[in-house]
Amino acid sequence: MNGAEVSLRSVSKSFAGRSVLRKVDLDIAAGQFVSIIGPSGAGKSTLLRLVAGLDAPSVGRIELRTTGHRADVRLMFQEDRLLPWRTVLGNVRLGLKGRDREARDILRAVGLQGRETEFPVALSGGQRQRVALARALIHEPDLLLLDEPFGALDAITRAAMQLLLEQLLAARPRTVLLVTHDVEEALLLSDRVLLVKDGGVARDLVFDRQRPRHRGDPALAALKEELLDGLLTAEGNLPAVA
Amino acid sequence: MVTVVADVPRESDASASRAQAVQWRSLLLPWLPPLGLLAVWQWLSATGIVSTAIVPAPLDIWNAARQLAERGELQHDILVSLRRVAIGFSIGAASGLLLGLVVGLFVVARDLLDRSLQMVRTIPHLALVPLMILWFGIGEEPRLILVAMGSLFPVYINTVGGIRNVDPRLIELGRSYGLGRAELVWSIILPAALQPILVGIRYALGVAWLTLVVGETIASRDGVGYLVQNARELLRIDIIMLAIILYAIAGWLSDLVTRLIEQRLLRWHPNYADRGAP
Ligand SMILES: Nc1ncnc2c1ncn2[C@@H]1O[C@H](COP(=O)(O)OP(=O)(O)OP(=O)(O)O)[C@@H](O)[C@H]1O
Ligand SMILES: [Mg+2]
Repeated sequence: MNGAEVSLRSVSKSFAGRSVLRKVDLDIAAGQFVSIIGPSGAGKSTLLRLVAGLDAPSVGRIELRTTGHRADVRLMFQEDRLLPWRTVLGNVRLGLKGRDREARDILRAVGLQGRETEFPVALSGGQRQRVALARALIHEPDLLLLDEPFGALDAITRAAMQLLLEQLLAARPRTVLLVTHDVEEALLLSDRVLLVKDGGVARDLVFDRQRPRHRGDPALAALKEELLDGLLTAEGNLPAVA
Repeated sequence: MVTVVADVPRESDASASRAQAVQWRSLLLPWLPPLGLLAVWQWLSATGIVSTAIVPAPLDIWNAARQLAERGELQHDILVSLRRVAIGFSIGAASGLLLGLVVGLFVVARDLLDRSLQMVRTIPHLALVPLMILWFGIGEEPRLILVAMGSLFPVYINTVGGIRNVDPRLIELGRSYGLGRAELVWSIILPAALQPILVGIRYALGVAWLTLVVGETIASRDGVGYLVQNARELLRIDIIMLAIILYAIAGWLSDLVTRLIEQRLLRWHPNYADRGAP
């Protein structure tokens, strides 16, 4: 078994009295790739932070189960959170001993070879995000949490990074939770898509389709419609367009 | 209505040489006012508009310096003063840094020490001069203690403040990427607090010189302050002015050194340009 098993039991979270998640129950199998979609402010990042143990739930229980050892978790934050005083390479190697070669390899994989000794100020938004991605991917945690890892990337770079993620996971499978605003990306990469809205999991689609998947797959198109519907009804209080 | 935001017909070396010219300019221009002042001053004295009995001419001061240097007094006094600042400042800044780190990093230490230190800080340290003289005479200790006290608090306050203002999101990042406590301090908290700490050190250096001036002028057998003291008794205005100029140069040099250190340590910072590591 590769990766950690995750379970949430009636987990609620509120900030200063404002409830964000209400009684969420969730079981994620080891090695499953789960995408989380949902409108802005629905509590997707909050959910990841709870699973990562960075925040405690207001009430409820969260468990990570692994065989033999304590579960190792890495979260790639929604903002890049690069350390400005460390070079690109130094940022990727944060928390690692040695592994210089690997860090250089993964930087090449995210298309940043030749930028290793630069400081983050000199990078563009998308480049910074790729450094943060490299930093998250070089670790081999049982549970990898990615909060909109490709948000700042153009379509082509994004496709390349998705491929990279798939390759790395194929080589070393583990449990992944990926927050994304891109329904197609969710369908392309994951075994399961959760739609988070109104404080809970509104849709839970599990599908075991072959990989690699293709954007044109008609079955995916149908699922996409369904999920977009779910998203749209969630944003029922959008201002009406005259 | 056309607004030309930029119009660069072709990329050229002209911009590079212009950049170089700007660099030279900002290297040379700062010297113009002091040199101009010296020239005007010399001229005013030479023409007798200003009496050299009250304000000695720059050349008189230069001659006084040469005379003192020939007797070896000047070098001796400068070295003595430099040594005092160096020792007192090092002790004070190091203690300030250490206390600041302990208080900034450990809540228990903050609860225990911060209030007391803040109270001691409110005492103007120069008010202790008479006490120091009574206790230690005019030996070396009172001056060193005073300089150390003066340097301690600016470093202390900026260290504590710097640590307190570290972006909590970066600390969270370090924790979730498996950094231990020591590594967290070394890789995240210290670099994040470095800029305010360096500001504190720069300020402390200024206070150190100021303290030394007072300390040496009041009770001393050597050092630049003693030079002034002695000159006053002998009515040697030229030597007094020489000492003032020496203090100015010393202050300027120590500021320069700290600025260079700052530029080196903060080269990742957008405000300190020069991107990229060596
Ligand atoms: N530390 C906090 N203090 C107070 N409120 C918070 C905090 N963190 C999140 N919230 C609130 O919780 C709600 C959910 O936030 P969260 O960041 O989880 O949304 P999200 O689904 O990730 O949105 P987005 O897609 O815009 O990133 C928001 O209303 C937000 O204001
Ligand atoms: Mg979010």
